[in-house]
Amino acid sequence: MTIKLGVPSKGRLMEKTFDWFAHRGVTLSRTGSDREYAGAVAGIEGVELVLLSAGEIPRELSEGRIHLGVTGSDLVREKLGLWEEQVRELAPMGFGHADLIIAVPKAWVDVTTLDDLDAVAAAFRRQHGFRLRIATKYHRLIRDHLREQGVADYQLVDSQGATEGTVKNETAEAIADITSTGETLRANHLKILAGGPVHRSQATLFKSRKADWPKDDRATLKALLRQLGLDG
Amino acid sequence: MPDTRDKAAVRAEAARLLATFQNAGAVVVETPILQPAETLLDLYGEDIRGRAYVTSDPIMGEAMLRPDFTVPVVEMHMAQGAEPARYAYAGEVFRKQEDDPHRAPEYFQVGYEVFDRADAAASDAEVFALFHDTLAPFGLRAATGDMGILMAAVNGLTTSDRRRDALKRHLWRPRRFRTLLDRFSGRAPNPEGREALARGNPFDGMDAPLIGLRSRAEIEDRVAALREDMATPPIPEAEVALLADLLGIRETLANACEHLRDLAVDMPAIADAVERFATRNRAIAERGIDPEGIDFEGSFGRTTMEYYDGFVFGFHAGQRPDLPPVATGGRYDALTRVLGRGKAIPAVGGVIRPELTLAVAGGSA
Repeated sequence: MTIKLGVPSKGRLMEKTFDWFAHRGVTLSRTGSDREYAGAVAGIEGVELVLLSAGEIPRELSEGRIHLGVTGSDLVREKLGLWEEQVRELAPMGFGHADLIIAVPKAWVDVTTLDDLDAVAAAFRRQHGFRLRIATKYHRLIRDHLREQGVADYQLVDSQGATEGTVKNETAEAIADITSTGETLRANHLKILAGGPVHRSQATLFKSRKADWPKDDRATLKALLRQLGLDG
Repeated sequence: MPDTRDKAAVRAEAARLLATFQNAGAVVVETPILQPAETLLDLYGEDIRGRAYVTSDPIMGEAMLRPDFTVPVVEMHMAQGAEPARYAYAGEVFRKQEDDPHRAPEYFQVGYEVFDRADAAASDAEVFALFHDTLAPFGLRAATGDMGILMAAVNGLTTSDRRRDALKRHLWRPRRFRTLLDRFSGRAPNPEGREALARGNPFDGMDAPLIGLRSRAEIEDRVAALREDMATPPIPEAEVALLADLLGIRETLANACEHLRDLAVDMPAIADAVERFATRNRAIAERGIDPEGIDFEGSFGRTTMEYYDGFVFGFHAGQRPDLPPVATGGRYDALTRVLGRGKAIPAVGGVIRPELTLAVAGGSA
């Protein structure tokens, strides 16, 4: 048997993941042509590389089709209900940093914190007859956060891209999105609410709790974790 | 997930409970399983989208699988009902259980709702006694609360209308309520950025254009409100302590009545609500229920559905803390106003979950 390791199939996330493993003596590489999603693993026996879209890795882990996977901690939390019952975080990998934040127009001089947003939502609903709209693709993370914080009178509207533009286009009053530098937010005249991000995301190595883990695969995992310095 | 044999048993239990409610004088009503999402979303907000199954219909637009009966029953009554009215119903409701996959996403509710202007205490007692007697064989713990007393207590705080409104808006979100109360009583500092707002023109130096639907006038209104709020004296410590005392009450109905009357001496604003509570207790006792056997909790009802605004109750299986409440209910006068488009009628009701009566009776879920 082999254990399947799911890794993002392209871009910086793939390169950084390869670097991270290489630094620990496990060489991951793509094989075949540039367009073929096949990979190889050297430096350890019994591990198979599976190249996948980062967005699909959470589901593959929860379905147990891969044993280990590298993806953003935000994606796991957003895509998997009760994620801790389905996967375990083995190691934060120190790259792919991005914060999930809530932002409002910079010209809202009366709004600094989530408390302000809540109060504005109440007044906005009275004034406009509908709930203040927050554009996002992170529905679960944002809804859970706002429920926990006791924010009312808002609604989430789905935005799968160009989310920063929704306020100017008047399809939302605020946005919730991932940002690493805040540059796009500033360019779109938005500011981040104070009080810390909803979630600090980074690339993370996860283990599936749903995959089959026969005895020899557990032994392989143990060897791999020792090799990666994660057995402490 | 219940198998089909279980479902037949649940259906039979639902029919039995429905017959009990029918015998109590209720007209049996049906509501569609597919409900227009707009009403429910407007009422409950984003929480319901997280908990209800949303689908779409080519004509109706966004629709939800019925997450409860109360809303459609109230709408039906407000549109065409004669008064007074008693309704009973039985059927499935659907709730996503993302946070607890062990709870059923689809289950039965059997309900009884009273729309009657005559005597609120009598209606409350009628509904509570009906549930109490129907559930008597199952050995459940009955807990009650009174959102009306909490609202009266907030209305009586020495502070601005704006602060009272903010607290009442979050009565059902205990954490946010606590945060606001700490701030309004001076226990917690003003949030970041407030001091700067108090001085000068807050738009000075603003280099970004105003984008979006929220207008400059709306921002200026809120700046004015925040300035007024910063000049508002803190809610006195003594009043905060009394409120904490009220929220912390956990005793029998009989003892709670004494405790609340003591509190009302220092909080005269709750006196009328406490007397209504006492009148209800007498009406309950007149129906042969011992107030020593009923619990009262000052905070009961604060984490349930937002529409209860008076008497609230729940029946819990003491030996089965893993189960959700077997029955819940309460008064929801304000909901009839929201759904009645200008009309309103006092209303009280509740639901029993037949899966759970079976589970308690049979000792397994």
